[in-house]
Amino acid sequence: MASDHARMLELARFERLWPRPPLWVMGLGAAMAAFLLAYPFIFPSQFPQHVMILVLLYAVMAQSWNVVAGLSGQISLGHAIFFGIGAYAATVPFAKYGITPWIGLLIGMVLSALAAVAIGVPTLRLRGHYFAIATLLIGTSVQIVFQRWDWVGAASGLYVPINRTSPWLYLQFHGSKVPYYYMALAIAAAGYLLVWKLRRSRLGFRLQALRDEPDAAASLGIGVARHKVLAFVISGMMMSVAGSFYGQYVLVLDPERLFSTDISIMVLLMTVLGGSGTLWGPAVGAAILIPMSEYSRIWFGGTGRTIDLIVYGILITLVCMWRPHGIMSLFEERTRRRGGKRT
Amino acid sequence: MTLLLDVKGLTKRFGGLTANADITFDVNAGEIVGIIGPNGAGKSTLFDLITNFQPVDAGRVFLDGHEITGKRPDHIAALGVARTFQKLKPFPDLTVTENVIVGALARTADMKVARDQALEALAFVDLLEKRNHFARELSTGQRKRLELARGLAMKPRLILMDEVTGGVDQRTIPGLVDLVLELKRRGVTIVTIEHNMQVMMRISDRILALYAGRRIAFGRPEEVRQDPAVVDAYLGATADAA
Repeated sequence: MASDHARMLELARFERLWPRPPLWVMGLGAAMAAFLLAYPFIFPSQFPQHVMILVLLYAVMAQSWNVVAGLSGQISLGHAIFFGIGAYAATVPFAKYGITPWIGLLIGMVLSALAAVAIGVPTLRLRGHYFAIATLLIGTSVQIVFQRWDWVGAASGLYVPINRTSPWLYLQFHGSKVPYYYMALAIAAAGYLLVWKLRRSRLGFRLQALRDEPDAAASLGIGVARHKVLAFVISGMMMSVAGSFYGQYVLVLDPERLFSTDISIMVLLMTVLGGSGTLWGPAVGAAILIPMSEYSRIWFGGTGRTIDLIVYGILITLVCMWRPHGIMSLFEERTRRRGGKRT
Repeated sequence: MTLLLDVKGLTKRFGGLTANADITFDVNAGEIVGIIGPNGAGKSTLFDLITNFQPVDAGRVFLDGHEITGKRPDHIAALGVARTFQKLKPFPDLTVTENVIVGALARTADMKVARDQALEALAFVDLLEKRNHFARELSTGQRKRLELARGLAMKPRLILMDEVTGGVDQRTIPGLVDLVLELKRRGVTIVTIEHNMQVMMRISDRILALYAGRRIAFGRPEEVRQDPAVVDAYLGATADAA
């Protein structure tokens, strides 16, 4: 009996801490990576490139939301705040003082982190729905501030000044979407790598623990409030990068659009559809919803403006009925368990 | 013997109900102290007060001579106080090993070290076989072992165990009791809440008996067993008839 136990313990120690994903998953990943790298050559025209840039961007934004909701269990309805801060931080210093948007991107991350602390410290003590309502209202308030703030263009917004002297320094590529595409791809890759790392770190484990059982987490030495704020900060910084990039991509900042609740809701829908709390769920959600809304806009024109929202509604209802944990739950769970059982 | 936990006059009221009234007891290092009492006697509330999951209305708690009253629960845990919950709280979407890793991470930031410590704790509670299952797939008895392993992975000085044998299949009780005794041998100080009197009398060095939120006896098992107040509380009707 005792030696049996000792042997099992020895065996268990030799198991991989993180089971290697099955071969078909690795194959699928490699094929996907190759496809993404070659995408601008497979689809040389502008529109499919534009759609994919948005997919990548929203994949990061949804992932950022997923860090707060999926990992730490707090539903934020104000994530557009960080998106807007990122866009303005990269553009205002550029428009006013000619400072490269790269610096602005860093400023945006710092400001978003500060905003996340300022919002998170008082609100993350609220449980569940109250946090959601608080973030929704704060989001709307921030939008109103930017719509009234003359220095940053108030309601009419800001244009990014055109500068053709140094495309990489000023992040402006006139005439081709390909550099934008690869930048979006790099941002998405960095964002997903970061979250992949996070999920396997001490912090990631602690967040998942407090998401499921805050009391048990506290009994194991986890400072629940502090960790929630930390997740909110990381998330806000990710969202800010996406906002900085988006501003330079569309070249115009409209507070109505940048701080809109639509953005906060979109990232929620994508994550829930794909699988909240999973690594790839937000990307799957973005890859389904963005093309749908972009193409429905073309097919139906102005008359079909809200068709995509109807389809979203139906999709979300279906997911909630049959796969409440999202599309990824179909097989993420299976791969994790199969990997673990190979002993 | 050195004093590890010193509880002085803990009081907690919920509206008109006094769940704990002026409870005083102490625990020496290396000792097992059992807490007994009928349902609603205030046993679990006492654990919540010691670990500050609920704020105390009056009274003070000392760990190793330092006051911990009102400290945040995670700070108290970090000082080496582990606890289990009467209403079990495993992390359902993590695997068994991952659950225990969370406990081990209280002492180390190295995932590999935490994993190895988690496996040792799982081996100790005899749950290694289930290590790659999700916590939600375990039976009640297995979940109790899981919570114990999770707390032990923190390498605590003191563990507060809330009804480890409650709601568990009768056949697994002896195994759980052996675990508790083995823990004591390893130098962990234990405070345990139990309904099972036989178990309590056998394993405890001292017993604290509560009734309706009050301390009615505190002492060695044989003293407590013969204490008139305890006999009255447990066998009140019979005693009256006699």
